[in-house]
Amino acid sequence: MSDSQKPAQHGLAEHTHGSFVPLQIRSDRPRSKSVSDFEAVSPLQDLWRYLQPEQLKGLDADVLGEYESEVSFGAADGVNVSWIESTDPRVGTIGVPEDKVAAAAYTNASKTLLVEIADNAELSEPFVVNITGSGSQASALHVLVIAKKFSNATLVFEHAGHGVLAEIIEIDVQDEAKLNLVSVQNWDKGSAHVSAHFAKLGRNSYLKHSVASFGGDLIRITPVTTFTGPGAEVEMNGVYFADAGQHIENRPFVDHAAPNCKSRVTYKGALQGNKAHTVWIGDVLIRVVAEGTDTYELNRNLLLTDGARADSVPNLEIETGEIEGAGHASASGRFDDEQLFYLQARGISVDEARRLVVLGFLVDILQRTAVDELVERLTKVLEEKLGSK
Amino acid sequence: MATLEVKNLHVSVETDQGTKEILKGVDIVINSGEIHAVMGPNGSGKSTLAYSIAGHPKYTVTKGEILLDGENVLEMSVDERAKAGLFLAMQYPVEIPGVSVSNFLRTAKTAVTGEAPALRTWIKDVREAMGNLKIDSTFSERNVNEGFSGGEKKRHEILQLELLKPRFAILDETDSGLDVDALKIVSEGVNRAHKDNDLGVLMITHYTRILKYIKPDFVHVFVDGKVAEQGGAELADQLEAEGYDRYVKA
Ligand SMILES: Nc1ncnc2c1ncn2[C@@H]1O[C@H](COP(=O)(O)OP(=O)(O)O)[C@@H](O)[C@H]1O
Ligand SMILES: [Mg+2]
Repeated sequence: MSDSQKPAQHGLAEHTHGSFVPLQIRSDRPRSKSVSDFEAVSPLQDLWRYLQPEQLKGLDADVLGEYESEVSFGAADGVNVSWIESTDPRVGTIGVPEDKVAAAAYTNASKTLLVEIADNAELSEPFVVNITGSGSQASALHVLVIAKKFSNATLVFEHAGHGVLAEIIEIDVQDEAKLNLVSVQNWDKGSAHVSAHFAKLGRNSYLKHSVASFGGDLIRITPVTTFTGPGAEVEMNGVYFADAGQHIENRPFVDHAAPNCKSRVTYKGALQGNKAHTVWIGDVLIRVVAEGTDTYELNRNLLLTDGARADSVPNLEIETGEIEGAGHASASGRFDDEQLFYLQARGISVDEARRLVVLGFLVDILQRTAVDELVERLTKVLEEKLGSK
Repeated sequence: MATLEVKNLHVSVETDQGTKEILKGVDIVINSGEIHAVMGPNGSGKSTLAYSIAGHPKYTVTKGEILLDGENVLEMSVDERAKAGLFLAMQYPVEIPGVSVSNFLRTAKTAVTGEAPALRTWIKDVREAMGNLKIDSTFSERNVNEGFSGGEKKRHEILQLELLKPRFAILDETDSGLDVDALKIVSEGVNRAHKDNDLGVLMITHYTRILKYIKPDFVHVFVDGKVAEQGGAELADQLEAEGYDRYVKA
């Protein structure tokens, strides 16, 4: 099935209490760094319409714990990693929360993890930050990534363990910089993770942003990319696998606020089991100034069993006609009996057939991270998930 | 030498209007190396016969037997039948998004033989088989049947036939939708598999034109879920001249 929605008109989308809030124009969404500026989370709000507040396991509270002790990292030439006060003027310049949980993360994280790639630095190895949860207290983490001019780096944020985490990752990709950023969510059962990513891309910069979400009761990621200088390019990739009872939600947004920039958004997911639920809302906004924009977004879902549900909604708002190209595609299909029969009729067992189809479908997105160790390890995670059925 | 026996086979499907009997007592015996043509009008149950031998779950065998060298095929799962040496070239091959032809072929070969083929010889075998069937080498990296033309799908079926080397092949209208050049290429592939592997062939066809390229030892006329008449190759010539009217009216 494929779906698309027309954005509401400017100014018409008011927050009204107690009734369903219609889809609003993306750039009009209210923003604030303070959690008290947001109403309580409710499925009546468009932003939270696909889940129940209980699923957030307390992440929508005004007061959260802190996550500093759960974060570890190594050292590498060209990378400066340190904890800074969240009052530091650099913090909060890339993105301002658009929802209550992101604001709770902002308000409650007194320190921010700064990951700074030096000017002109060329990292030979991926730099890994491990975020390993060890409890069920709802907590906040704020990260600021600065890829300085002409730098070239791969950064991996690896989320694992048992965690209930509200997170903000600000990503400043300065002029001419190249950043390959991967966020892996492979939490234990019982975990919940709501993460707002904000990326700002300078002139001629390049960001590859990938999210891989496999483990955790609830994972909700809202990555925003804003072009602030001409000639920049973003590739946003997502791969996810929801088992019975898991809710995995991705809401990528590309804000073409500068001319001659290019965006490619590709998310693919598989679902199996009762109440496996995935949501993908892909927003692209091409502003008046963004002449020469070239954008394409795609979401595909593969339903392996009955009882699973994939929601998929691409939204494209175009304010200028002077663009190179703009398109989107969304499809959710079943691994059907005829495909299964075809493979079995060639001697391939049911389990092997499912493995073949799912890995064929998802591994291509994993490979785009270009981090071999990760591709290998996450392929195994996928295989285990398939085997568990 | 091996034998595939279909004995008094009755098959039905569930439809919105209830259970419908499609095959009404089919008897066919095929030995290794024999080529049998099954010819009949649309809707007579030819594909149902093919699917039932391969084990498609939609079709329920209500009576009769299928034996491969005396073994009860009906008790085998679909993949076990393939491993036992049965192959079905489908009338409408299925698209498998996300699975490349090369990965599919290697996985299938590993499954039917029980061990991964030696890489070097396998790559050579695939390349040679593709060349013989005039399949462009870029097909290896394409997804199975996805975006293939009708003719490409059929050649891809025969490619699998040649690489998997079954003992018996059921070809369900492999000749339909092919132009003359493609028909020749596909027929040569079937003849190669027949000669090289002493393959037994059950060739289902609506038309007689493929019989110019693949010579049947036996012809079965299939009407309303049963074999109405059988004979040698000359029966096909008679059908060519007279059509199926005689059987359908009877
Ligand atoms: N899955 C099915 N559900 C309902 N009817 C079927 C199904 N498969 C076949 N049939 C019916 O059975 C008859 C024989 O079909 P088929 O075996 O495809 O014939 P053929 O291959 O000779 O054209 C037709 O009337 C067809 O409509
Ligand atoms: Mg048919």
